[in-house]
Amino acid sequence: MNDLPVRLQQVARQIPEHSSVLDVGCSDGRLLAWLRDNKNTDGRGIELDAGRVAAAVTRGLSVVQGDATRDLAAFPDQSVDFAVLSETLQAMEAPAKVLQDLVRIGRRAVVAFPNFGYWRVRMNLLFKGRMPVTPRLPTSWHETENIHLCTIDDFRVLAAELDLRIEREAYLAGENPISAWPNLMADHALFVLSK
Amino acid sequence: MPPPVTHRQLRLDADLPLDCGQLLPRPVIAYETLGTLNHARSNAVLVCHALTGDQYVASTHPITGKPGWWTRMVGTGKPLDPERHFIICSNVVGGCMGSEGPASPHPDDGRPWGLRFPVITIADMVRAQAALLDGLGIETLLAVVGGSMGGMQALQWAASFPDRVRSVVAIAAAARHSAQNIAFHEVGRQAIMADPKWMGGAYPVGSGPANGLAVARMAAHITYLSEAGLTAKFGRRLQDRSGKSFGFDADFQVESYLRHQGMSFVDRFDANSYLYITRAMDYFDLADPFEGLLAPVFAKGKARFCIVSFDSDWLYPTVESRRIVQALVAAGRHVSFVELSSPFGHDAFLLDPPGLNGVVDGFLKAVEQGG
Repeated sequence: MNDLPVRLQQVARQIPEHSSVLDVGCSDGRLLAWLRDNKNTDGRGIELDAGRVAAAVTRGLSVVQGDATRDLAAFPDQSVDFAVLSETLQAMEAPAKVLQDLVRIGRRAVVAFPNFGYWRVRMNLLFKGRMPVTPRLPTSWHETENIHLCTIDDFRVLAAELDLRIEREAYLAGENPISAWPNLMADHALFVLSK
Repeated sequence: MPPPVTHRQLRLDADLPLDCGQLLPRPVIAYETLGTLNHARSNAVLVCHALTGDQYVASTHPITGKPGWWTRMVGTGKPLDPERHFIICSNVVGGCMGSEGPASPHPDDGRPWGLRFPVITIADMVRAQAALLDGLGIETLLAVVGGSMGGMQALQWAASFPDRVRSVVAIAAAARHSAQNIAFHEVGRQAIMADPKWMGGAYPVGSGPANGLAVARMAAHITYLSEAGLTAKFGRRLQDRSGKSFGFDADFQVESYLRHQGMSFVDRFDANSYLYITRAMDYFDLADPFEGLLAPVFAKGKARFCIVSFDSDWLYPTVESRRIVQALVAAGRHVSFVELSSPFGHDAFLLDPPGLNGVVDGFLKAVEQGG
């Protein structure tokens, strides 16, 4: 598992062997390839960037080039065990719609995202008065693809509004798991959701 | 009009039923193979050719003397590798490179079929290929691979014989011919039929409507390229002259190029075949039996799909590939899809654009490992 970045390891831990997986925003397919090779999963992916899609397909993965907001609609209801959205929620045009698609397509959804309520982010804004630039969110406000940043508490509110059941949650600060005060102490959050 | 040469051929055991309702009496199918069929008979790959292609996918063409038309994809160390695969490519029924077509002798009188040849469809081409494979003792294909009309055949394979294909690779293809596609083909057909030498399709062997066929090829050839590609290759440059001739010679390089494309085409292609094959493409609409819905087409079988389009291809644009992909996704199929970048328009599939070989290679190896 060490060949996977820590945040993807956290996602991979949620997926049992022989599951079917749809990875939304799967990049070059590193998570899908790891799951296939180590957990015998049946994987599919969707990714916007043509170069990353080509890299994923070259790895033998079933990945289609497409846009989550528009192209998830074609996927049938409850057609995979897990629909994964890792490090992508904040870049979605319509995060709520994508979340609803995830729990429609997957029996469970795994959603992982950077926490904008992390204390360093708060300090940054409080003391510098500037939009935070952190290792997890490295681009400045006018260049970033992250157009819908949220905190862990924001996400919980949205999940409640959408009637999503939170089955599991896990938090990281850097490489370390966090359990207390996650909205303040974690820079990264993972939720397992179902309808 | 192609000169007579010897092709490797198989006469089918039975008459071929056609979509038009007729039976084609025991047609001959010309084909080439590369590599060796393994003991399990599990490494057969069928390559389907495009409109003006033929079975010489990676072997020297007997008329032009040129290397095969897809040596960038097929060959040792390539995604389709004779060291690993048994590669079959057959001339489509209706063609003119040894398979039964309008230039073949009619069984009744030995004279060319001409317009007596029944109108064929893409599904008929695929049915003929399946019958050829029966004759060769091949039940299941590891893959059906094709670009353009070859991609249409590959998709048709999944619809017609879902249990005989483990994977489908359709490059720069579409699941139907658009109004624009049909329109361009009609221009070509009218050019042929307007040539007095066409004679209602009953021209004698060796003196067909060469001018009409050349014009058809010139018009079609433009649709295979892109504006950016033409500009890069020719711009407004003049052909072997310092100024305009103020006449109607081929002043511009692009004119000279197109004339050459047209004239060299007639040496290797039969005008009536061109009519029949373009007609087959125009009739192609996979969703036709399902009231326009494409997903039910792919409901049966277990084949995996690899769909590739090119950003500068305006003949079969990415939106058509995306429609196929959405149908496959809705049908719950395993599908890989990428739009690759190339300046060369529709013809990109023949030209080794960056990423294509890696994508096809990775896809096929995954299918092979999938057992």
